[in-house]
Amino acid sequence: MRYLPHTQEEIAAMLQTAGVNSLDDLFATIPKSCCCRIGLNLPEALTEWELNAHMDALAENTAVSPEYKIFMGAGSYEHYMPASASYLLSRSEFVTSYTPYQPEMSQGTLQAIYEYQTLASQLMGMEVATASHYDGSTALAEALLMAVRITRKKKVAVSSLIHPLHRRVVQTYFDPTGCEVIELPYLENGKTDLAPLEGLEGLAAVALQSPNFFGCIEDLATAGQTTHANDALFIVSFTEALAYGLLKTPGSLGADIVCGEGQSLGLPRSFGGPGLGILGSLTKYMRNLPGRLIGRTKDRDGKNGFVLTLATREQHIRREKATSNICTNNSHCALTAAVYMASLGGSGFRDLSQLNHDKAQYLKNELKKAGFNIAFDSPTFNEFVVQFPTGFATQYNNLLDKKIIAGLAVETYYPELKDHYLLCATETMPKEDMDALVREVQK
Amino acid sequence: MKEISELNFPEDLRYADDHEWARSEGGNIRVGIDDYAQDQLGDIVYVDLPQVGDTFAKGEEFGSVESVKAVSELYLPIGGEVVEINTKLEDSPELVNGSPYDDGWMVLVKPADPAELDALMDKNAYLEMLKGQ
Repeated sequence: MRYLPHTQEEIAAMLQTAGVNSLDDLFATIPKSCCCRIGLNLPEALTEWELNAHMDALAENTAVSPEYKIFMGAGSYEHYMPASASYLLSRSEFVTSYTPYQPEMSQGTLQAIYEYQTLASQLMGMEVATASHYDGSTALAEALLMAVRITRKKKVAVSSLIHPLHRRVVQTYFDPTGCEVIELPYLENGKTDLAPLEGLEGLAAVALQSPNFFGCIEDLATAGQTTHANDALFIVSFTEALAYGLLKTPGSLGADIVCGEGQSLGLPRSFGGPGLGILGSLTKYMRNLPGRLIGRTKDRDGKNGFVLTLATREQHIRREKATSNICTNNSHCALTAAVYMASLGGSGFRDLSQLNHDKAQYLKNELKKAGFNIAFDSPTFNEFVVQFPTGFATQYNNLLDKKIIAGLAVETYYPELKDHYLLCATETMPKEDMDALVREVQK
Repeated sequence: MKEISELNFPEDLRYADDHEWARSEGGNIRVGIDDYAQDQLGDIVYVDLPQVGDTFAKGEEFGSVESVKAVSELYLPIGGEVVEINTKLEDSPELVNGSPYDDGWMVLVKPADPAELDALMDKNAYLEMLKGQ
């Protein structure tokens, strides 16, 4: 494929065919007020080596592991990516794959996406999973919109312990819809307070994140029962997919729709993206799922085959009545997650999950022994909140100079929690580094 | 697809521009899509129906039918409240192809204004409209 723009001759020929004189005429239906008439304020073009030097300079401004000891998770997690996965994912058949509209020439890609759906469904305990969405935040917004469509109610309740940035995306999606978003407060134990749900009518859905933003594992079974007693759909989201190697699946605890961020499944943190939006539901809500679905079927000779299915929900057929305006998808990120999960296997996934839990638990215990207050006493996975002494911010910056990032200041998003820090330790965090952190914060 | 002359349009029904049929039944109106519509759509794989108790104005969208490669909206030929839906279509949407006027009916409506039925076309007027298309 050539990546060259059209020649003037080609443009002239196309304009003639379209029956207009100029490009301006072609776009005349776009209101003038919407057109950008100022030239783009861009610097001079760089040579390739100048550009590389520029990018290197930018990269030096970011703190990356292993140079830095990063104890910050908060929605993006440091996990090891096996070499086998990188190798498989760099195969040209996967790297260049476009939306597989033509099943007769896309069986490999289709099967790979189908495998992703199967693994994602198992991870969540759902009956069907899409492939896929941009990230955890958009998947959550889509899940809530789905519930609004299914129940025909216009109010949703969202836990204040769902990732604050994910909630902001939900608000952006919901602002123009006229639907109301209610935030559920949190309890002293670091879990969502369900009491405000009592007597709340006209509720389409209740959404909780587990493990939540404080790292605490929510009591999903109880939340699910309360939600269903309110005649609403129960949505569970997550930012740390690996937790479900140990925890019971949201589906087995009563979730109707499950959504989350799949970055942990083999995707680099890469300055925040691209991520992977995982979304699944019970089969009875399948027609309300937005996004791509691959199905397994038989061809006319009776052989197994894979094909895009239920495409009538989607934008290219359904236009403005589609279940969502999602028209592209993170296929390669979904594929990465599939390869990552398959590489680990069922028991490997569980072992890795256990290792994450144990490392973080070690750090938590050491900090507790050193006299620091663990803010919430609920069980956690690989993240937890510590309350450091007043004025820890200065020490935080000193540690930064020593290339240690002592978690995330929770106060940024929860102003009432001064000196609280969200710390994370995954499988890649050596014991020595955790011991060093505990020594440093005591100074 | 069939020629118009091969299609079946019962005399006792009324027809709407959007190819829905309406039949008066003891004060209520039964609604479905006609032989022309099902033939045009081809194999129907899913019918999305409203809930009992929903009300619609005449001409308002009350659901959709989905064939393998297209979705068409359904418009209610007469305003009123839905008192019954054809739940068999959930598992057997193909009834719409095989029996559009009987087993493949879609909703039963309690009309807000029964006179709206008279404004719909009879068989001959409908055939004229189809031939003009």
